Amino acid sequence: MNVAIKKVPLYVIALILLVFTGYPFLYMISTSLKSRTQFFEKPYSLFSSFTLENFKSVFEMGLSRYFFNSILVSVIAVFAVMLIAALASYPLSRMKFKLNRVVFLLFIAGMMLPIHATLIPVFKLSQSMGLYDTVWALLGPYIAFSLPISIFILTQFMQEIPASLEEAAKIDGCNHFGIFWRVILPMLTPALMTVLIYNFIHLWNEFIFALVLISSPENMTLPLGLQDFKGEFSVNIPGLMAALTLASLPILVVYIFSQEKVVKGLAGGAVKE
Amino acid sequence: METQLKGVRTATPVAQTATRPKKKSLNKFITISLFLAPAIIVYILYVLYPIFTTLLYSFYKWDGVGAGEYVGLQNYINLLSDNVFWTSLTNNTWVILTSIFVQIPLGLIMALMLLAPIRGIRLFSGIYFFPFLISTVAVGLLWVLMLDPLNGIINQLVSLFGFENVEWLSQTHTAMFAVLLVIVWQFSPFYMILFKAAIVGIPEELYEAAEIDGASAFTKFFRITLPLLMPTIVSSSILAIVGSLKAFDIFYVMTGGGPNHSTELLGTYMFKQAFVNFNMGYASAIAFVMFFLAMIVTIIIQALDYYRKKKGAYV
Repeated sequence: MNVAIKKVPLYVIALILLVFTGYPFLYMISTSLKSRTQFFEKPYSLFSSFTLENFKSVFEMGLSRYFFNSILVSVIAVFAVMLIAALASYPLSRMKFKLNRVVFLLFIAGMMLPIHATLIPVFKLSQSMGLYDTVWALLGPYIAFSLPISIFILTQFMQEIPASLEEAAKIDGCNHFGIFWRVILPMLTPALMTVLIYNFIHLWNEFIFALVLISSPENMTLPLGLQDFKGEFSVNIPGLMAALTLASLPILVVYIFSQEKVVKGLAGGAVKE
Repeated sequence: METQLKGVRTATPVAQTATRPKKKSLNKFITISLFLAPAIIVYILYVLYPIFTTLLYSFYKWDGVGAGEYVGLQNYINLLSDNVFWTSLTNNTWVILTSIFVQIPLGLIMALMLLAPIRGIRLFSGIYFFPFLISTVAVGLLWVLMLDPLNGIINQLVSLFGFENVEWLSQTHTAMFAVLLVIVWQFSPFYMILFKAAIVGIPEELYEAAEIDGASAFTKFFRITLPLLMPTIVSSSILAIVGSLKAFDIFYVMTGGGPNHSTELLGTYMFKQAFVNFNMGYASAIAFVMFFLAMIVTIIIQALDYYRKKKGAYV
């Protein structure tokens, strides 16, 4: 009895935090299921009868195009980063050479970098390469800015793979590329998962490069497209909430099914184990 | 015949030691270069070269098309007497302070709750993390609605306490507070994860020993948990400072830096100067200041870290 009473404050704090973090999502979803008149009559109530009309209207406004662009650019960029960062991490973590430390620090310093410091030149660069206002303009900056954290995670992991495995492969006549493909890469799977999750979520949500490098609605990614929906505010709030719900859905679904992995992935670079 | 063979035999190892290492080190150089090349090329093209170019642009008066006019340090001199620049810098400082003194403690409380003996906490913890997952644009738009003077739930809440409706985002003295609230909402779960990982890593025996000594939960927290979390608090603060210097998205979406620059940040101001007013040179100067500040912070932190490790205070 005494123990149970002691726990009451704990439950109260836990519930307050639950409402604080969870209520906005409940509000977003319930509003997205209301009709416009329902919303204006009772903006705060949970829905009584629900309609999927808003989701339909959102797709009519071009949300599927934004989805397609976001998937395209984040998937390509993430897989390119995984490969390029793994390649670079191999000599940085397992070979001795003069500039090793310097090159490593140069990459890692990128984590501290404000994107703004590269914005204007990247904008000019995409224009001169003829990529401005296409989804392809995003690939270069997305890959480049994902490299620091990815190399950081992968080198940490690679350092811990015992050298004896590599020696064995060397005796079998493997060169460095052989060792990389056959010995290191297969053992790297957990770290690569972390890199994949971390970068995918960040690139899926990336906003500022998209804002600067893309102007036509048909080339916009989701965050930029959502920002464009802001105009709907005065007209169709349930529609806007439907758009937000849909845009958040893929990541929430991935999260619900592999909570541990996502949490670990997002904490990625910051948690040293 | 035999002497000749002997001569050949002895000659070859000598020749080997002379040429092989050279060839070997050349091979090694080529191998390393091939592994590093893709990453270095992309990184130079999109990170290093642009930073250098930003510095270069910052010495010009330039509208983004055609040739600029070299003005030396004029952009930086103008910056020093630009009120909006100083407002932005102050606001960035507010973001840093909020991150360190609100988000990090809240993240710690959330992490402690995750490990508290409460039923259903596994489900709770899943939801606690939600805000950090969704895009900042979505967060911004959602909260613009929540803070809406007419339909927003926040005003509904405020009116329960008998206050009048507040136009949170369109008044200069409330806008910053409102956006900071949203930042706390969005990023506290991130620190929660860092703290949870650190707390789980504290050996159970320490608590058991304290238990035997009759320590209260309070004592255990302040004598065991908190000191052992110091490294995490330090690294969280680093992330908070650097992240706050870069802040942009949420402010751009919710207020665009307004009203009347009351929520202007270096990031939003740079963006406006560059892509709204097309003062590319001036914007480059702001951008370079951002880079410079981030660099200074990093160097200071690295130096502190170095001395700390030298002293061996904690790992």
